[in-house]
Amino acid sequence: MFFDILLPMLSVSAYVFVYRAIGAPEDYIGFVVVGGAMIAFWMNVLWSMSSQLYWEKEQGNLALFIMSPSSLMAILLGMALGGLVATTLRALAIILLGSVFFSVDYAVSSFSQLFVVFTLTMVALYGLGMMAASFYLLLSREAWHISNLAQEPIYLASGFYFPIKNFSFWISAAASLIPLTLGLDAMRQLVFETGPSLGFLSVPLEIMILLVLSIVFLFAARLLLAYMEKLAIREGRLTENRR
Amino acid sequence: MQSTDQLTTTALPTFKRSFRVAAWLGWQIESNWTDPFLFAIYSIIKPLAGAAILVVMYSVITSGDFTSPIFTYIYLGNAFYIYVGAVMTGISWAVIDDREHYKTLKYMYIAPINIPAYLIGRGDAKFLVASISVLITILFGVFFLHVIIDPAAINWLLFIVSLLIGVVMLAMMGLILAGVSLRTVQHVWFIGDAVAGALFLFSGAIFPLEVLPSWLQVLGYINPITYWLELLRRSLIGSVAATFPTLQGFTNQQLVAILVGLTIIFGVISVFVFRYCERVARERGMIDMVTNY
Repeated sequence: MFFDILLPMLSVSAYVFVYRAIGAPEDYIGFVVVGGAMIAFWMNVLWSMSSQLYWEKEQGNLALFIMSPSSLMAILLGMALGGLVATTLRALAIILLGSVFFSVDYAVSSFSQLFVVFTLTMVALYGLGMMAASFYLLLSREAWHISNLAQEPIYLASGFYFPIKNFSFWISAAASLIPLTLGLDAMRQLVFETGPSLGFLSVPLEIMILLVLSIVFLFAARLLLAYMEKLAIREGRLTENRR
Repeated sequence: MQSTDQLTTTALPTFKRSFRVAAWLGWQIESNWTDPFLFAIYSIIKPLAGAAILVVMYSVITSGDFTSPIFTYIYLGNAFYIYVGAVMTGISWAVIDDREHYKTLKYMYIAPINIPAYLIGRGDAKFLVASISVLITILFGVFFLHVIIDPAAINWLLFIVSLLIGVVMLAMMGLILAGVSLRTVQHVWFIGDAVAGALFLFSGAIFPLEVLPSWLQVLGYINPITYWLELLRRSLIGSVAATFPTLQGFTNQQLVAILVGLTIIFGVISVFVFRYCERVARERGMIDMVTNY
């Protein structure tokens, strides 16, 4: 509770007060609350999914995973499901607390589209996490640093605290390769009154792109995991532990 | 009982040796996972991205009015806050790194070293990396974002004194977290970042304390980081600091005195907390505990 909800909530609050200090419209407070909640998913994918196979290698469990009669894809899918459920509860708690503390007004225009956007965003995001996990199979000490590096720059590129429409089209388009970018943009358009005017693309188009990303990332994750596993076995990196 | 002379001849060299070797070890751990060029890129991207988030937020709302004092206030506060996360995390993370990852903490405890000095030394490497990040972030602001800092107008004495006292204060806070890390097993790996993130809210780093509800402002006034950041702003750009009323009732000397006082208080607290946590950790067999978490 303290580490998973209260501390992230304090970070979210800091950005809320920055907007208050510079006199931002009230909807921006909501943008920060929703963005802050979605950070929980990125952190989960980054540290508990992408890095997971690296942790397991460090602890000496990865070889046991490979020996067991199960696929890495199935193991990662299980992790994704468990992580998704737990993180959704954390994100909901952050949204609930943030909304109450900062009196955020929501104006949901379509619950069905919101559900579709969230679901597709999560499928694509965890697919991306599985893809990244395959790369981490080959990494050693640098894995921790890469995960560490993929925080603030991604918060910036994906617009966790502001609408990405403020970037140029091509920067926003490049950032859209991270599913949370379009997912957040679509969610803000669907739940805030000023959201549609600050959206990067139309919601139906963003749903289509998220659908494509979901399929591509899951398919690519399957291929990459198989390839990287073979490569890691061939190069003897599965039990490598370069401290 | 040892005399003062004996203490000086045995404790001080041990302290210095532990600190020096730990600082070198910390630097090696921090930097030798890749080549120097990639390490330099890694060291500047993260803080610049953190600053860029605030720059974009500010730019979106004010249509890019970077000449306003509030922008300089936010930018400098955020830049120097890099030290907070780095030093506190550097010291507390060393406990987890040595206990869970390298599994060497138990050997440290049987070696003839001073453990708090060793941990502070490990945090020193993070301080060096953070110094580069702070410098680059500020230079970026000066060259590209209209943050006007005139080297001739800087109160260098105040700046250096404030910076050094602040780093000692952060090290003391880091030692408290290291103690907590010794006797905690789960979730503890990001305790430094988490506490630094929480204090971000109550330090006036990126917005004046007046923006907080009055009942939360109290936390800001007992937070030494608030006074440290104010002193750094005053020493670099006095005109910007004077625009915000938070600590206008205090002179520079009074602020330094408050910062020194709070640093001493945190120093005393850190000694007791660390000793207590260390004793509990020894009693419960947590010095060599590996949770694989």
